[in-house]
Amino acid sequence: MAKNSQVIKREEVVIRFSGDSGDGMQLTGTLFSDTAALFGNDLSTFPDYPAEIRAPQGTVGGVSGFQVHLGHSEINTPGDFADVLVAMNPAAIKANAKWIKPGGTIIFDKDNFTSKNIEKAGYKSDPIAEEKLENYNVIDAPVSSMVKEALKDFGLDPKSVLRTKNMFALGMVYWLFDRKLKYTEQYFDKKFSKKPEIAEANKVALRAGFYYAETIEALNPVIKIEPAPIAKGKYRNISGNTATAWGLLAAAEKAGLKVFIGSYPITPATGILEEMAARKDLGVKSFQAEDEIAGICTALGASFAGNLAVTSTSGPGLALKSEALGLAVMAELPLVVINVQRGGPSTGLPTKTEQADLTQALYGRNGECPVVVVAASTPSDCFKYAFEAARIALEHMTPVILLTDGYLANGSEPWRIPNMDSLPHINPPFADKKELPFMPYKRNCDTLARSWAVPGTPGLEHRIGGLEKTLKGTVSYIPENHEMMVNFRADKVARVVSKIPPLGVIGEESGDLLVVGWGGTKGYLLTAVRELQNEGYKVGLAHFNYINPLPGNVNEIFSRFRKIVVAELNTGQFADYLRQKHQNFRYEQINKVQGLPFTINEIKEKCIKLLEEK
Amino acid sequence: MAELQTIQYTPRDFKSDQEVRWCPGCGDHAVLNAVQKALTELGIPKEKFAFISGIGCSSRFPYYMDTYGFHGIHGRAAAIASGVKVANPELSVWEITGDGDALAIGGNHFIHAVRRNIDINIILFNNEIYGLTKGQYSPTSGKGIVTKTSPFGTVEEPFSVGELVVGAKGKFFARTIDANVALSTQIYIEAAKHKGTSVIEVLQNCVIFNDGIHDVVTGKEVRDDRTIILKHGEPMIFGKNNDMGLILEGLKLKVVKIGDNGISRENLLVHDAKEHNPGIHYMLANMRYPEYPVALGVIRSVEGNTYEADVENQITEIGKTAKIRCMDDLLSSGSVWTVE
Repeated sequence: MAKNSQVIKREEVVIRFSGDSGDGMQLTGTLFSDTAALFGNDLSTFPDYPAEIRAPQGTVGGVSGFQVHLGHSEINTPGDFADVLVAMNPAAIKANAKWIKPGGTIIFDKDNFTSKNIEKAGYKSDPIAEEKLENYNVIDAPVSSMVKEALKDFGLDPKSVLRTKNMFALGMVYWLFDRKLKYTEQYFDKKFSKKPEIAEANKVALRAGFYYAETIEALNPVIKIEPAPIAKGKYRNISGNTATAWGLLAAAEKAGLKVFIGSYPITPATGILEEMAARKDLGVKSFQAEDEIAGICTALGASFAGNLAVTSTSGPGLALKSEALGLAVMAELPLVVINVQRGGPSTGLPTKTEQADLTQALYGRNGECPVVVVAASTPSDCFKYAFEAARIALEHMTPVILLTDGYLANGSEPWRIPNMDSLPHINPPFADKKELPFMPYKRNCDTLARSWAVPGTPGLEHRIGGLEKTLKGTVSYIPENHEMMVNFRADKVARVVSKIPPLGVIGEESGDLLVVGWGGTKGYLLTAVRELQNEGYKVGLAHFNYINPLPGNVNEIFSRFRKIVVAELNTGQFADYLRQKHQNFRYEQINKVQGLPFTINEIKEKCIKLLEEK
Repeated sequence: MAELQTIQYTPRDFKSDQEVRWCPGCGDHAVLNAVQKALTELGIPKEKFAFISGIGCSSRFPYYMDTYGFHGIHGRAAAIASGVKVANPELSVWEITGDGDALAIGGNHFIHAVRRNIDINIILFNNEIYGLTKGQYSPTSGKGIVTKTSPFGTVEEPFSVGELVVGAKGKFFARTIDANVALSTQIYIEAAKHKGTSVIEVLQNCVIFNDGIHDVVTGKEVRDDRTIILKHGEPMIFGKNNDMGLILEGLKLKVVKIGDNGISRENLLVHDAKEHNPGIHYMLANMRYPEYPVALGVIRSVEGNTYEADVENQITEIGKTAKIRCMDDLLSSGSVWTVE
């Protein structure tokens, strides 16, 4: 596969695969990402798909997309605008026109641009002209007829033939970026090991696309993205949901405990339950409950019985779990609750991303009911923060809510695999069999955690529950006792601050503007802050992963900057929280509630405006 | 069996230091006594018992037991108990619940626990009223009952516990009367020994808000004629004079008198609690006075796989050939590349 075309090197490129939700765009994007990762590029991906499994064919609502951002340098976001759009139908143009970089490349399946499909997408006759994209590098490939021709001797039914269209398109993109077909071909051999003719058909379609792009010189010069200079080590691609599940499993191993997950399927959190259910080899007990409430209640039962207990959900499910979460607070049992946030309220935007469950996580329960709240900020660091959530829950005898979001959950990135030896041991405060009589709510002087007496241990029989108790475990309505226990529970959570790392600053250590973020927006804020720094601005980023309690050095860091702006994908929940916790600062806000991540540009623009104001 | 012989408990060993706070005369006291008695007969070490409850008068039960206990939230005891048992199958897990807790707010968890056949023993205190909230009708209250929330009588049909259990593919259902400690103790022992979800409906009397609701069948004077105690393998005989029985006529049960129309003991149905087909159990569980005597005893007790054992088996089986045995294995599995 020698190349005649000229090749130029670029730092980074963004590619978006887009088509009907049945066109296999998620697979196409994933295969491209894997090839890029194995080549050594740094990358970040963002799948964007409709809630309907099969939305009406050819409509804008049914468009499924997968964006890949790959680079020679560090990549922190899936990218704002695409250099290359692969559009399998007119609706894909409609959905993505405003997300293509000016002058970018658009590859579309000419055969699928029938008058019916054009009309369905809301165009009159010519999507390219109507979107004023004529000056872009438009490649109208007859994808459908080419695969039919390429596979005519295979004896496959027409449906199976057309199913390889995405591979033809992928082949074209591989040529554009000078990629090898090897990894994708190996995937076909593995995936279709029992149907070699299908494996072969996909390979032929892939190669046909590659050669077609070469023949028409689809892009001149061809773009080459050299491998990124990344740290030595073993790597893999990992999505946020898988990383979350693995972080929990790692914590269980480090604590020497069995894992129990009680969950009810809900988008976009289901992947965590699925990954845990697959891990019978590591002894995971996964319980697909009859509802969200049973999910958390079975987990709480398992925690009482001595397991590392987990329940995973998304916003509406967290709402349903709130009463049982209160019971976990009262029973002072370790429990990890994962909320993969999505657009809300109510059913909201199930497949889109948002950070609007922060207030719910912090306060959404009856009574004085504090829990630890932790948030992950990239797909791969879901591993770290799931591990942290479990560590804090187990060592401090408290429920911990881990917030991720739909964008982290489904996004993926290369991840340097940690060695299990490098992770800390987790030491739950198991009750001492010699210290009798056992007092269920007697506390450790340092952490204020109570001891964990696991059923089956002789001599430690005791009763816990949702009614207020004395330290001995007796039900009590004594006013002073209730107030004391309320304060203990709050203080216990507050004291976690001594067991979490201080807040760091990325960029300028002090200066004109501190950008403050939390959770899944990190990549965008980081990129924006780096670019602003390069443009000469005195800007820093303080990105929070520990939300409750907040790290101990917040005041110190905040006071080093002239202005503070809190950027989040909601209307200002974290900003309000900071106003309450750290009142001596003025907080500006950057907010977005569109079910979409930030773009680098919108963050930069708003920051520059703040920097230029007095 | 040496170990078993060393465990000699008396009911007192299961009493906690908490003062029992149910109303004087409440049926719950008798249930507590019967359970504490039954536990002494099981040969299970005390630390292996876990009592899980929801919310309601009866749900205070775990506080009075000197075992592990977890007083949960309204309706969720079945879910919490399921988690306890699946997490540690070696525990003897008991769920204490009532008609409101199990069948209204917790109806979903109740049917699914039964369907999964998790080995928990559910004692359902059925007094056909909400006691803790002071007298509102429950899902088992008879249609038309006048309560604080139904001043003109209810207009809804009640659930029958046995019917629900059978409908949810239940494998063990028994019914007893709170005051009959001997029968109750025997039933709790059988329930504990049964592998799978056991549901025991206790016809329990709330002295304050629904006093005497079961008297029409459980009253001292009438109970022999208006109840039948079913025993596996024995003919279905009842009555003060042991002269009444049950036969099958067409597709229905029928009450007969021995001696009438040439009916003898041999003509009576013989109770088979182990029959998988639930048809006859369904009819027996649904017998209502005055047409029939109310069935007591173990009505259905069928063998079946338990959820938690199947989970353990799956883990063991997969473990035999698993390539991934620890986290380092998992982290390095699949598509991994090295950057030099």
